Amino acid sequence: MANESEAAALPILEIDGLVTEFATSRGAFRAVDGISLTLHRGKTLCVVGESGSGKSVMARSILQIVDQPGRIVEGSIEFNAVRGSDRVIDLAKLDPRSKIMRGIRGRDIAMIFQEPMSSLSPVHKIGDQVGEVIRLHERLSKKQAKEKTVELLRKVEIANPESAVDRYPFEFSGGMRQRAMIAMALACNPSILIADEPTTALDVTIQAEILALIRSLQTSSDMAVLFITHDMGVVAEIADEIAVMRFGKVVEQGNVFEVFAEPKHPYTQGLLQSVRDLDRPSPRRLEMRQSKPLGEARLISQKVRKEFPLSSGFLGRKKDVLIAVNDADLELLSGENFGIVGESGSGKTTLGRCLQRIYNVTSGSILYQDETGQSIDLAPLKDRELKQPWRDIRMVFQDPFASLNPRMTVGQIIAEPLVTAGGMSGKDIDARVRELLDLVGLPSSAASRYPHAFSGGQRQRISIARAIAPNPRVIIADEATSALDVSLRTQVLDLLLDLQEKLDLSFILISHDISVIRYFCDRIAVMYRGRIVETGPTEEVCSNPSHDYTRSLLSAVPVADPTKRGTMQRLRYREQA
Amino acid sequence: MITYVIRRLIWAIPFLFAASLVAFALITLPPGDYVTTMAQTLAESGDQVDQARLAALRARYGLDQPLIVQYFMWIGGVLQGDFGMSFEWNQPVADLIWERLGLSFILEFSTLIFAWGVALPIGVYSAVRKYSVGDYVASVLGFLGLALPNFLIALVLMYIAVVHFGTDVTGLFSPQYRDAPWSWAKFTNLLAHLWIPVIILGTSTTASLIRIMRANLLDELSKPYVVTARAKGLSEWKLILKYPVRLALNPFVSTIGWAFPQLISGAVITAYVLSLPTAGPLMLQALLAQDMYLAGAFILLLCCFSIVGMLISDILLALVDPRIRFR
Repeated sequence: MANESEAAALPILEIDGLVTEFATSRGAFRAVDGISLTLHRGKTLCVVGESGSGKSVMARSILQIVDQPGRIVEGSIEFNAVRGSDRVIDLAKLDPRSKIMRGIRGRDIAMIFQEPMSSLSPVHKIGDQVGEVIRLHERLSKKQAKEKTVELLRKVEIANPESAVDRYPFEFSGGMRQRAMIAMALACNPSILIADEPTTALDVTIQAEILALIRSLQTSSDMAVLFITHDMGVVAEIADEIAVMRFGKVVEQGNVFEVFAEPKHPYTQGLLQSVRDLDRPSPRRLEMRQSKPLGEARLISQKVRKEFPLSSGFLGRKKDVLIAVNDADLELLSGENFGIVGESGSGKTTLGRCLQRIYNVTSGSILYQDETGQSIDLAPLKDRELKQPWRDIRMVFQDPFASLNPRMTVGQIIAEPLVTAGGMSGKDIDARVRELLDLVGLPSSAASRYPHAFSGGQRQRISIARAIAPNPRVIIADEATSALDVSLRTQVLDLLLDLQEKLDLSFILISHDISVIRYFCDRIAVMYRGRIVETGPTEEVCSNPSHDYTRSLLSAVPVADPTKRGTMQRLRYREQA
Repeated sequence: MITYVIRRLIWAIPFLFAASLVAFALITLPPGDYVTTMAQTLAESGDQVDQARLAALRARYGLDQPLIVQYFMWIGGVLQGDFGMSFEWNQPVADLIWERLGLSFILEFSTLIFAWGVALPIGVYSAVRKYSVGDYVASVLGFLGLALPNFLIALVLMYIAVVHFGTDVTGLFSPQYRDAPWSWAKFTNLLAHLWIPVIILGTSTTASLIRIMRANLLDELSKPYVVTARAKGLSEWKLILKYPVRLALNPFVSTIGWAFPQLISGAVITAYVLSLPTAGPLMLQALLAQDMYLAGAFILLLCCFSIVGMLISDILLALVDPRIRFR
């Protein structure tokens, strides 16, 4: 008995001075630079860090599945729970292709990944991919393995597991795929589960369900969990221990309550500060609204409806349509920030594109009040007639990497809307580009460089400069901060507020992230399955939601405070059929 | 799935009809007809050309009828398996083409098997061991195979065979079997001759398949599901063959359709050089001689094979890739 409690007290995994390097043509790059961590049975260690901090490489180093040409050069990873052996094994010393390493993968230490779609093979059945692990590590017949697979799928709460085994990943929703991934990881009752951003690609309501699932499975099997995330809210929700990573090093680690209450390292302090900043309305915005109240309506959407043909039936007969936007009404005032929030597939992006009239609308009208005060309906206009409105209503996109042409200099990118508009000399355009770069806080030397020379946050500034180039009056920002790290989000949002103060701008911010909306927007509309279910002043909707869906959405958002863990009652919303 | 196949089959009908129209238009397009060509040949050799006789010939073959009537006479025959008479060979077209097509099929099929059998393993190896010595050797050989015209390789091989080994490598049969009826001995004789044209015709296909396989697989190898499979504890080769190779093969299935029209039009020059009794040279000859029913039959079959080939590869693609099947 004494022996057992002693074994339980011992760390199950002890990483000491781990260094993982990638050989590049300019010498070795240290992605993981001397990390030491310990993992205990039944406990959850959260590793937090922004993109590029080396947290994923660290996790993959444990299983020795770092992508080529990465390799472990120093340190030890002592694992003391190999099945059927009481020896402690140093995983760092094993050959990545050795039989013993392969035996540990999937059986003793299992891993789940961020992208549930691309992490599963699209052409193999779910049952095949889950059952494979069982057949690999345990001597079971095909039939027994299949029975066990069905049982596993039931355990992770997949509906109709008997038929689900014979289906393909693309027939599942994102949340269901991640459940299948978890089933795969749990197939052999591993003693350690490594979860690499398992909920980042999921909607908040599904994220809450997956987190609850991981927690309940952990308590029932005494499994140690190494959870990698960049989301402080998730950390507060599930962590026992926390390790904060930056530039390949752990800058701070300890008990989650202590670290959240009293962060010691300035980086952790900054990280927590930016999360907390986002959790309330921007004081800056409130101040601006005091000095300059909102004006009259600038863009009005009346019963805007957008249908997409779903399938053309036999010989092109129209069969089904998807109603992406279902009679949306909203009103954007001049000088106002309007938020549209919703989960993936709710139609928020489609609505944004309809409002700018990049999409044709099926029915409804979009009334835009131009500079002279004249009101025009954009809905029935032809492309030719939309030239001026397109200059007045501009878009900023989500992905700062994909939305800038890599073969154009930053100067050319920003100047493009000016060149298409015509009527400006080359000299004037150059001067305007410098002015715009200055407005978004970039040096004028940036004009001659290419996008790849800039970081994500800087690129988003370039996108913003391009959007404001032709003196627009409305900017539609579609998930403009979602691809950025938390500390950069407030900076970009503050920049937008800056611009609003200097120029006459109204914003529509489309986001799945309630905290971003709360910080930036005066009023919000909540979208669910193409319909706007609730509209109102942001604070009112957030603190006192009137629609059930809004309530369930808000209850699923993780709060970045571990002391409030478990106090929120999760609500599930089911639409009445 | 079944509705998909049926829909595709129904769609094929108008295409086949259009193809037959085009085929007929093409063979009647050059000025004159077979009789004018014959009259010219006769005149050149100094014979008297009797206009009345030519007119009688035209009437016999229906060449004096309007085009639309000629088309329906022709297509009506085709639908009953009668492709008309070859003017030049004085034989029914059907008798001429089926044996040739059969040999073309054997040659094409063997070449395909050879090319896939050689190219796929090399391509997989090249991708998995990117930038290794083996990859470089395969790449160099691949580029050589792509750059060298097949008929040149044929000429070089023929030269070497005749000068150094004193054997004739042309044709698909030894002389004594050339016109003999089919027998087991004739078949083994065919196999003994077949490998040379297979290798010659296969080189460029093999070379390009190696490159395509390598590129496809390199794309797939960096996908997250490969890491997932690795994290399960699968051995490296097993996981590569089960996951990324399986996905990298999908695009190949669509190339099967391209092999069908090759049955007729493929490798005409090489077939000439090696004097292979396949369909290609016969078609070329028929076109040159304005032997309209023979040429028409070939062009029609060429179109049909293209359509059927595409249909087959689409169905195969739906079979191997569930994402297409369920759409």
